Amino acid sequence: MSYLSITDADREAMLAAIGVSSVAELFEQVPAGVRLGRELDLPPPLGEAELVRHLEELASRNVHTGAELSFLGAGIYDHYVPAVADVVLSRGEFLTAYTPYQPEMSQGVLQAIFEYQTVVCELTGMDVSNASGYDGATVAADACFIARHVSDRRKVVLAEALNPQVRQVVKTYAPGFGLEVVEVPHRGGVTDPDELTAAARDAAAVIFQQPNFLGCLEPAPDLAEAAREAGALAIAHVDLMSLGVLEAPGAYGCAIAIGEGQSAGNWPSYGGPHYGFLAAQSEFVRRMPGRIVGETVDVDGRRAYVLTLQTREQHIRREKATSNITTNQTLLALAGLATLSWLGPDGLREVGETCLALAQHARERIPLEPAFEAPSFKEVAFRTPLPAREVVRRARELGVHPGYALGRDYEGMDDVLLVALTELRTVEDVDRLAAVLAEVTA
Amino acid sequence: MSVPRPGEAWREAPLLFERSRPGRRAGRPPQPDLPPADVPESLRRSRPPRLPELSEPELVRHLTTLADRTFGVDTGFYPLGSCTMKHNPRVHERLASLPGFRDLHPHQEDEAAQGALELMWRLQEMLAEIAGLPAVTLQPAAGSQGELTGLMLMRAYFADRGEERDTIVTADTAHGTNPASVAMSGYKLEKVETDARGNLDLADLRGKVNERTAGLMLTNPSTLGLFDEGIEEVARIFHDAGALLYYDGANLNAVVGISRPGDMGFDIVHYNLHKTFSQPHGGGGPGGGPVAVRDTIEPFLPAPLVVRDGDAYRLDSNRPKSIGRVRGFAGPFGVFVRAYAFIRAYGPGLREMSEAAVLNANYVLAQLRDVYELPYDRHCMHEFVLSARELKREHGITALDVAKRLMDYGVHPPTIYFPLVVPEALMIEPTETEPKERLDEFVDAMRRIAGEAEEHPELLHEAPHGRPVRRLDEVRAVKQPVLRYLFDGDPALVEAE
Repeated sequence: MSYLSITDADREAMLAAIGVSSVAELFEQVPAGVRLGRELDLPPPLGEAELVRHLEELASRNVHTGAELSFLGAGIYDHYVPAVADVVLSRGEFLTAYTPYQPEMSQGVLQAIFEYQTVVCELTGMDVSNASGYDGATVAADACFIARHVSDRRKVVLAEALNPQVRQVVKTYAPGFGLEVVEVPHRGGVTDPDELTAAARDAAAVIFQQPNFLGCLEPAPDLAEAAREAGALAIAHVDLMSLGVLEAPGAYGCAIAIGEGQSAGNWPSYGGPHYGFLAAQSEFVRRMPGRIVGETVDVDGRRAYVLTLQTREQHIRREKATSNITTNQTLLALAGLATLSWLGPDGLREVGETCLALAQHARERIPLEPAFEAPSFKEVAFRTPLPAREVVRRARELGVHPGYALGRDYEGMDDVLLVALTELRTVEDVDRLAAVLAEVTA
Repeated sequence: MSVPRPGEAWREAPLLFERSRPGRRAGRPPQPDLPPADVPESLRRSRPPRLPELSEPELVRHLTTLADRTFGVDTGFYPLGSCTMKHNPRVHERLASLPGFRDLHPHQEDEAAQGALELMWRLQEMLAEIAGLPAVTLQPAAGSQGELTGLMLMRAYFADRGEERDTIVTADTAHGTNPASVAMSGYKLEKVETDARGNLDLADLRGKVNERTAGLMLTNPSTLGLFDEGIEEVARIFHDAGALLYYDGANLNAVVGISRPGDMGFDIVHYNLHKTFSQPHGGGGPGGGPVAVRDTIEPFLPAPLVVRDGDAYRLDSNRPKSIGRVRGFAGPFGVFVRAYAFIRAYGPGLREMSEAAVLNANYVLAQLRDVYELPYDRHCMHEFVLSARELKREHGITALDVAKRLMDYGVHPPTIYFPLVVPEALMIEPTETEPKERLDEFVDAMRRIAGEAEEHPELLHEAPHGRPVRRLDEVRAVKQPVLRYLFDGDPALVEAE
C-alpha cells in the first residue's frame, strides 16, 4: 500500500516538463559511493485491512486498564477522558496543521492555545504559560534552564519524593547547563522544610512535587517558603486534576509551576504522547522556553492571536535561544483544554473530592498498614508482608493490578505498594482490591 | 482558483471564557457515597479556578468553530519547506486508539505488554535498516530533543575515551535548532559556509576542524533542498580528526531507500517521525525523534531500550554507560504505532515515496524558475528554495507578501526567510502525496502572483483578503503582551525590569 497520487501518465508528463528522461536522473547529485544500491530489507507491504489485522494482534497481547482492574498510577493516571476530547483529536484541521507560523491560516488553533494557556495559569495561579512541553519530566529540565539564567548559582535541589523519572531527566540535562543536582531525602513520606532550606542555601532552584510520588501531600506552602528563605526559586511539580481541591502553587509563592498534563485529557498510551505544562510568574516571561501565543489586533482592529515573544526561540535566536524546543505537544494540550472545559470548576472539584474520599476509604478498607502517615490525594502507599513485586504478580493472576512497587525506584521500599485511585474506581472496586490483597498476602 | 469571500460570521469567535455562564456545566464525574476526606485546610484551594462553564453543545460548537478557522493538510496544499506536510493516513488514528495500545499503562509489567514491546522492537530494527546504523533509541520526544540527545552522546563518548573536545560545527544553512541544541548541551559553536553550488565549503571546513572538534551537525539534503555532493570528503575530514558526524533527519524524506545516513558516514542520526513517517503535526506536536548510532556509541544510549530475549521482549534499564533518561518512559508510544504502521504499509516501497517527493519538487521548480530567482541552479531533492529578491527590487514585493497572497488562492504558504543564506527566501516542499493537479494549481497561483506583483502590487501588500483576519500587529503583541484571557479586574501583564 502507498499513499502516493502520481499515475504513470502524470510521471511521464512531469519528467518531460522537468526535461529529464527518468527519476533516476534527478538523483545524480547523490554520489555513487553513498547510494544504497539495493532494496531496503523491510517486511513486504501491507494493505490497510492486513495492517489493521496485524496491529490488532499486537494490541491483543497487551493487558490494558480495561482488561484487568487496575490501580496503577505513579505518574500516569486513567482519569476519565470525555468524548469531547475526540472533537479536538479527530478534526483534521487540528490534527494535520503545523505550528501556527502563519496566523491568518491558524486563528483557530492559536485561539485554542491561548485558551489553554489561560486555563493552566488559572489552575496553577501563575501569570504566563507556554503552549506545552514534551512531558512532565522535560519541563522540569526547562524550569532548571530558566533558573540557571536568572541566578548566578550553579545548583538545583530536588526533593527525593519528586517523580524518579523527572529527577533522572533533570540529571541528564544538568551537566550541559553547568548545574549540579542535589537531592533531599523524604522523612516519613514527606520533605522536611528545614532540611530543604539547608540544602538550598546556594541553589538556584528547588523542585518538589504536590502530591508527591509517594502518594503524600507535602507541606507545600512550607516547602515554597523554605526555598525562598534560602534565596532559591520554588518550583512546584503539580497534577492539574488535583487543582480543583488543592491550593494553586502561585498562591503559596512558587515562581514556576510544572507538571505532566496526561491526567487531564490524555490516555495512558504506554507513556505518550502526552503534554508537559510550564507556567511562571510574569518576571520570567522572557526566559520561558517554547511557543507562547499572545493576543493582538489585525490591520482592521479585529482581535487576533499570534505566536509572540519569538525572539526567545531557536528559529530567531539560534544559539542564544531559551531552549531548542520546536515541536511541542499542542494536540495533546488541546485535548486537555477540552477536558478541563468539559469538567468546569465544579466538575474538577468533584473529581478531586472523589479521589480524596476514595483514598481515605482505601486506607480504611485495605488490610495493610499505610506506609506513611501524611494525608493522600489519590494514591496511598501500603506496607506489604512480602515483596511488593510478588504481591503484584499474585494479584494480577486474580485479575487485579494492585499498583506500583515502589522498590523499583526507592531503596528500602521493596515492601511498599503504591495504590492509585482515580474517580473511575468505585467503592466496590476498592473492596475487591482489599479482598485480593488479603488473599495474596495471607 | 477563486478567492474565497467568507461571511462576517467566520470572522467572529468568542473565547471559551466569554461563552461561559455561571452554573452551566457539561461533565458530571462519579461521586461515591463516602464521607468527605480530611485534608489540612492550609493545603486546600482558597479560590476556585475560573474554568469556563459551558454545556456540552456549546463546548462542541466552540471547538468546531476553532477547527473551522484552522488550515491543515486535510484542508489543502501545505508546501511548508523542511516540515514535510504529507498526508496523514486515517487508519493510523484508528490503530493508535485500539484499547490494547491507548489504554495500556506504561508501568504495566513487561510480560503484560508484549505486543507494545514487540512493536517498538520491530520499529527500532526497521529504523536501523533505514539509517544504516545498528542501534536505535526511541525515547526522544521530537527532532530537537534527538539533536540534544545526539550531542549528549558525543560528550559521553569522548569522556569515555578521555578526550576533551568542546566544539560543534554547523552549516550556515542549519535549522535554528542546531545552534540552540549546541548551546543547551554546553558546547561551543563553529559555523561553516556554503559554497556556490550549495554544498559545504570544503576549504572553509578544513580550517575549522581540529582536535577540539567534537563533531558536525548536518542536514542532508540541506535546507536548500540540495544533496551535499562532497559528503564523502566531509565525513573523511571529521573522522580523520577523530570527530563524529551527526545527521539532522529533518530532510530524510528525500532519500529513504536511496542513500542511508550511515553509508554517508554519519555516526548519529535522528529521525523526525512526524515528518518522514507521517505522525500528524497536531498544530505544533506531538512528534517523535528516535536516534540511531554506530555500535561504538551504543553503550551510551538513553535507558531504557527495548531488547529481545528469545521470543520475549523487555525494557532494559541496566545500561551503566548510558547518558541517562531524556524523557519519561520509553518514548511517545502512540507516535510509534503510527510510524510503524506507515513503514509496514510501504515496506521496501519507501523508496518510491522518496522518488515521488523528489519528482514533485522538481516538477514545481521547473515551472517557477523563470518567474522567481533560483539561487542555486541545480535539480533539487524533495524541496527547493526560491528568492523573491527581484520582485522586491522591481516592485517592492517581499517573500512575505507572496506568502500572504497565496492564502487567497487556498494554499498554505511555504516557509519564508529561511534558510538565512538566501534573501527573501521561499522554501517549498510539496511532498510525495500531492497529485499533479494540486501542483499545477500551486504553480498557476505562484505565476499569477508574480504577475500581480507587477500589475496590482496593492493586492499583495494587503493580502490576505479572504481569511478570518487580515495581517496582524505583531509588534503590539510583543510590546504589550497579552498572554492569557484577562477576567474583569485582572491586571495586565507587568514585567519586572
